Amino acid sequence: MSSDTPTTDGQSAKIEWQSAVVSSIVRQTPTITSYFFRLPQPFAYRAGQHVDVRLTAPDGYSASRSYSIASSPCKMFSDPSAEIELAIERLEEGEVSPFFHAVVQENDEIALRGPLGGHFVWPEKPAGPILLIGSGSGLVPLISMLRHACRTDNDTPVALLLSARTREDVLYRDELIAYEEKLRRFSLRLAITREPPHRDKDFGRRIDAGMLGEVLGDLPAMPAHVFICGSNGFVNIAADGALAAGLPAAAIKTERYGE
Amino acid sequence: MLTRGFSGRKSAQEFVDRIPPGQHLVENFPVLSAGPAPRVDTAEWKFSLKIGPKPVKAWTWAEFNALPQSKWVRDIHCVTTWSKLDTQWEGVTIDDILADADLEAPTEFVLAHSYDGYSTNVPIADLSVGKAMVATKFGGKPLERDHGGPARLLVPHLYFWKSAKWVNGLQFTTRDEAGFWELRGYHMRGDPWREQRYTND
Repeated sequence: MSSDTPTTDGQSAKIEWQSAVVSSIVRQTPTITSYFFRLPQPFAYRAGQHVDVRLTAPDGYSASRSYSIASSPCKMFSDPSAEIELAIERLEEGEVSPFFHAVVQENDEIALRGPLGGHFVWPEKPAGPILLIGSGSGLVPLISMLRHACRTDNDTPVALLLSARTREDVLYRDELIAYEEKLRRFSLRLAITREPPHRDKDFGRRIDAGMLGEVLGDLPAMPAHVFICGSNGFVNIAADGALAAGLPAAAIKTERYGE
Repeated sequence: MLTRGFSGRKSAQEFVDRIPPGQHLVENFPVLSAGPAPRVDTAEWKFSLKIGPKPVKAWTWAEFNALPQSKWVRDIHCVTTWSKLDTQWEGVTIDDILADADLEAPTEFVLAHSYDGYSTNVPIADLSVGKAMVATKFGGKPLERDHGGPARLLVPHLYFWKSAKWVNGLQFTTRDEAGFWELRGYHMRGDPWREQRYTND
């Protein structure tokens, strides 16, 4: 658990619902689709934050879920954004994500509020290299951080270890590879679990402690901040591996879903 | 505001009066936490009661397990919108902890502290008179590390971030001091029936 400075305090105003308009829909992988929302009340946010989305039925029943923001904030932290991107994975047993995938169209209005969450966020002044570890749609808050880092910060080294079932399931694959080719301080490692990896530096297995050691070797020094997002089982392996590699618990922030 | 094309899932009508607004039922037990799960050995475990900075009493694992044990069946509600019904817990109520320390609540407010540095604020009114316990068993078995074992706070009538995992102490405070999530945009009290999810909801 970290002792970082909170970004919000008990005195801040209530964050109100707004009626966001779906401006475009882009399929990213066989199971993940991006939804871009135009915000009538633009807001400033930090990379890693989330929004809540609420669906309401005619009988008054409603269902809400939290989704991490995939887009990067404006270059100046305090500038409000008028459009955000959410990347939503279709969960077969879910209620909200299948609705997005099956029903939502461009120009639909969706109740949304944010930004929310003040812990799993890119530090305003990174104290050293940053390690990002994600699996599947757990990349979403991390891509916001990476996009933000690529746009604004010119010297913080960043390494990303991303696990996915197949190459086709790697969310934002082309963008990630382009960042790596363009930016010397960014290193990308893929852990592909259900087929052989395509690139020499990638892994063809599930995450393990040895893999973490190799990824840490991509950074010029031990990371000052580690962000891990994915299923609980994945996050436990990654977080325990980071602790075993000598990283302090306070440097490791996690966001989990599932059992 | 209605959502075009949304009718909702109508699977849980029989439990509708037990599910707070905006929540949905789960059968599994999702795990959420903000950092690595600490490993706490019961041989090293200690639970302390403090008034401000002043320690009042502390219990070892054996001493704590010798206190009166209570068994509860409760519904629990997570701010991430899942609810789980009829969960079975065993542990020591806050009333029994205070009684063993021969202490009457000296202030209205409490901060619960955990082994990983987590904290959360709960008024004593939400902890006493049979409202909360420090739980050491779930479903008849020792509480798993992922769910806060060896011991977690259980305040089932508030959103579950108030039920601090890996709890190691309660501290009376003179003011209602915000804890970890309360400092990061979440509600000071967290009543699921009033949907007190985020600051000032």
